Amino acid sequence: MLGRTANGLFWMFRYLERAENTARLLDAGLRMALTRDLASSKEEWRSVIQTAGQKTAYEKKFDNYTGSQAWNFVLRDKENQASVMRMMDSVRTNARLSRNAISSELWEAINESWMQIKEMLARPVTQATVGQVVAAVRRGGTLVHGAMAGSMLRSEGYHFARAGTFLERGESTARILDIKYYLLLPSFSYVGSTHDTGQWDTVLRSVSGDRGYRFLNAGQIDARGIVEFLLLDTRFPRSLAFCHAAVRENLRALAKIHGIEAQSNILMREADTRIADMNVDAVFEMGLHRFLIEFMNSNAAIAAAIAEDYRFTA
Amino acid sequence: MADAPYKFDEMQQADGSIRTPYGDYNSWYEEQAADLLRRKHFEAEGNFRRTGITFNVYGDNEAEERLIPFDMVPRVIGAGEWRKLTRGIEQRVRALNAFMYDLYHRQEIIRAGRVPERLFRNNAAWLPNMVGFTPPGGVYTHIVGIDLVRTGPDEWFVLEDNARTPSGVSYMLENRETMMSMFPELFTRVGVEPVSDYPRRLAKSLAACAPPATKGKPVVAVLTPGIFNSAYFEHAFLADQMGAELVEGSDLRVVDGRVGMRTTRGFKPVDVIYRRVDDDFLDPLSFNPSSVLGIPGIMDVYRAGGVTIANAPGTGVCDDKAIYSFMPEIVEFYTGEKPLLPNVQTWRCSEADSLAYVLDNLAEVVVKEVHGSGGYGMLIGPTASRREIAEFRRKLAANPDNYIAQPTLALSTCPIFTKSGLAPRHVDLRPFVLVSPEKIDITPGGLTRVAMKKGSLVVNSSQGGGTKDTWVLKD
Repeated sequence: MLGRTANGLFWMFRYLERAENTARLLDAGLRMALTRDLASSKEEWRSVIQTAGQKTAYEKKFDNYTGSQAWNFVLRDKENQASVMRMMDSVRTNARLSRNAISSELWEAINESWMQIKEMLARPVTQATVGQVVAAVRRGGTLVHGAMAGSMLRSEGYHFARAGTFLERGESTARILDIKYYLLLPSFSYVGSTHDTGQWDTVLRSVSGDRGYRFLNAGQIDARGIVEFLLLDTRFPRSLAFCHAAVRENLRALAKIHGIEAQSNILMREADTRIADMNVDAVFEMGLHRFLIEFMNSNAAIAAAIAEDYRFTA
Repeated sequence: MADAPYKFDEMQQADGSIRTPYGDYNSWYEEQAADLLRRKHFEAEGNFRRTGITFNVYGDNEAEERLIPFDMVPRVIGAGEWRKLTRGIEQRVRALNAFMYDLYHRQEIIRAGRVPERLFRNNAAWLPNMVGFTPPGGVYTHIVGIDLVRTGPDEWFVLEDNARTPSGVSYMLENRETMMSMFPELFTRVGVEPVSDYPRRLAKSLAACAPPATKGKPVVAVLTPGIFNSAYFEHAFLADQMGAELVEGSDLRVVDGRVGMRTTRGFKPVDVIYRRVDDDFLDPLSFNPSSVLGIPGIMDVYRAGGVTIANAPGTGVCDDKAIYSFMPEIVEFYTGEKPLLPNVQTWRCSEADSLAYVLDNLAEVVVKEVHGSGGYGMLIGPTASRREIAEFRRKLAANPDNYIAQPTLALSTCPIFTKSGLAPRHVDLRPFVLVSPEKIDITPGGLTRVAMKKGSLVVNSSQGGGTKDTWVLKD
C-alpha cells in the first residue's frame, strides 16, 4: 500500500472519530442546558466549547455564550477550522484520496453521510433541529464503522484506519477528563451535592458512557468510580485502557504483516508497561492531570512513529 | 436555432417506423408506464450522487462537484454496423501508431512529401527528446479515443483523434451499471455486448507493454494529478477496477534506475505508468524546470527501458487538428489502404484558398483552434451571433495557422427522455481502443455524448452535454 494512502486512511478515521466525539459533547451540553438555569447553562456552553478545543476561535468571534451560537459555531461556522462540517469534509477528502483502498460500501457510507450532514448544515441550526443534526453525525459514524466491519479486507489499510480511530478516541476521552478533572478530584468527591453528580453525569454523557456506567455500578455515581471507568475499565469501548489495547492490537497486526517490529511497536510496549499495573489509587497518587498528560503525549508520539514507520509522507 | 436540412434519427425513420437495432428496445419502451419511467429518471441522479461519479468544476471559491447529466435511453448500434466501424477504427489507430513511430524516427512521410514538416515542428506537443527512442513494444498510443459522428445510416465520420489522455471511459462503465440496475429486465430481452471487462482488458494491454526491466508480473500504476483534477473520479475508478495503485507525482521517485512508488514498506518499482497527467508534468528535468510537479529523472529511466509510460510522451501531436486534416494521407501512407472511416471535410486556414473560403462562409462553418479541446474556443457559424462572427473573423485573420474549419454537419440524433416523452437530440460517439504489441482491442460500445438542449450541436460535458449508455447488439 502507498504511504500516502495509509496516511489518508489513518486521518480519515481520526477525523470521523473527532466529528463523532464533538457531536457527543454537544449532545451532553444540550441535555445539561435544558436542566439548568440560564447562568449555569452559559457556563455549560463555555465548557463544551473549551472541551472541544475551540475556545480561542470562539472567543475571537463572540464575546458571550449562548446555546444556538455555540452549536452553530461547533457544527458549521465557516471561520471555525475544526467545525464538524470541516471534519466531515476532511473525512470525505481523505476517503477520495484512498478511494481504491476502501470498499465501495465504505465509500458510499461516507459519501452518503457527508451528503446528509452537508444538507442539514446548509442553513443555521435551530433548537428544534440541533438534536437531529447531532444524531445524524453519530449515525454517520455508526454507518461507516459498520460498512467497514462488514466489507473491508483485514489488510494493512484496515489496521491504519483502526489505529487512527482508537488513537483519536483515547485522546478525546483523556481531554474531556483533563478539562473536567477538578470536578472529580477525591477531595470534592464526597461532597455529594446534586450539582456535582450532575456535572459527573455530563462527563459520562460526553463519552456516551452514562448508561454503561450505571449498569456496571448499580446506579451509584462517585468520582472514583467514574475515573476508574473512563480510564481503566476495558469493558467500556471509550476508556483509555480499551483504546490503548485496540491500538496495540492494530499495531501488532501491522508489524506481523510487514514482518518487522517498528518504532511505533516499541513505543507501544513502553506505554503498555505504564498502564498495565495502574489502578485508580495510583492514578490519584500520581495526579490525574499528570497521568492524562503523559497518556496524551505518549499517544502523540505513537501517532508520529506510525507516520514515520510506514512512510506516510515523502 | 438553425439546423442543417437533413437529420438522421438513429431510432425512428422519417416515416415513423423504428430502425431495426432499436426494435427490441422500442417494444419494451412502449410497455412501460410513463410515471414509472419518470421516477426512474430521478433515481438515476441519486445513484450517481451517492456513488460519487462526479467531475470537478472550478468556481470562484472552491472546487465544486457536478454530475454529468445521464440520459436513460440507450444509444443502440447493430452488430453489423459495429463490425464495420471497428475495421475503420482499427485501421486508423494502426496508422496513428505507425505515424508516431515514423515522426520520431526516419520521418519517411515527410521525406515522401505527404505531410509538411512545419506541422509538427511548430507543435508544442512534439518532443525532441523522444527522437530515436522506441517505447517498449513499439507502442505509442496505448489508449485511444476516436470521436465519431454520424450523418446517415451508413455515414460515419471521424471528428477527432484523442491520443494524449482520452477520458470518459468510466462513464461508459458506470452508465451500463446504472442501466442494468435500473432496468434489469431490459437486458434479459435485448442481447447487449458487455463492456464491464474493459478494466481487465486495459490491465492486460498495459501489462503486455511492460519494459525490459520488469521482473515477474508487471506492476501497473495510474498516475493522477490529484483529487482536484476534473477526471479524478475516473483515475481512482480505473485503478480500483484494475487492482492497480493510484499514485500522484509525489509518491514516485527514481531509485536505483527504476521508478519507485513510496509504499508502507519503502520504494517498490513500478513497471507501467498509466499516466493521466500532461507531458509537462512528467519530468521537471526534461520538460519544465520550474515545475515542482513530476518525477525528476523519469525520462532517463524511460529511455533506458526501466519503465513504460502510457501513452508515450509526445503522442499529443496526434490530437492536433492540423494533423487531423492529414489523416486520410497518413492512413494511406502506412496501411496502403484507403481510409475506411472518412474525415470530416476540413479547411486548413493556414492555406490561403481555404482561409478565403472560410472567411466568406463563417456563418455556415464550424471553426476550431488546432490545439483546442473540450468545446472551448470554437465558433459554430450557424448558431453564432453577428458579433461573435465578427470577433472570430478578427482572430482568424490575425492568426490563421491556429485554426481549421469544417462544414456544420447534420449530426444524427437519438431520443432522450424528457418530461413529455422521447425527444431527439444530437449525439456523438467515443469508442475506446487499446493498443499492445499483441493486438488492437476495441471494447464494443463507448461513450455516447448527447447535447441535452434542443437543436444544440455541442455535446461536451464542460458545456452542459450529457451521456448515454451505448449498446452494441449481439449477433
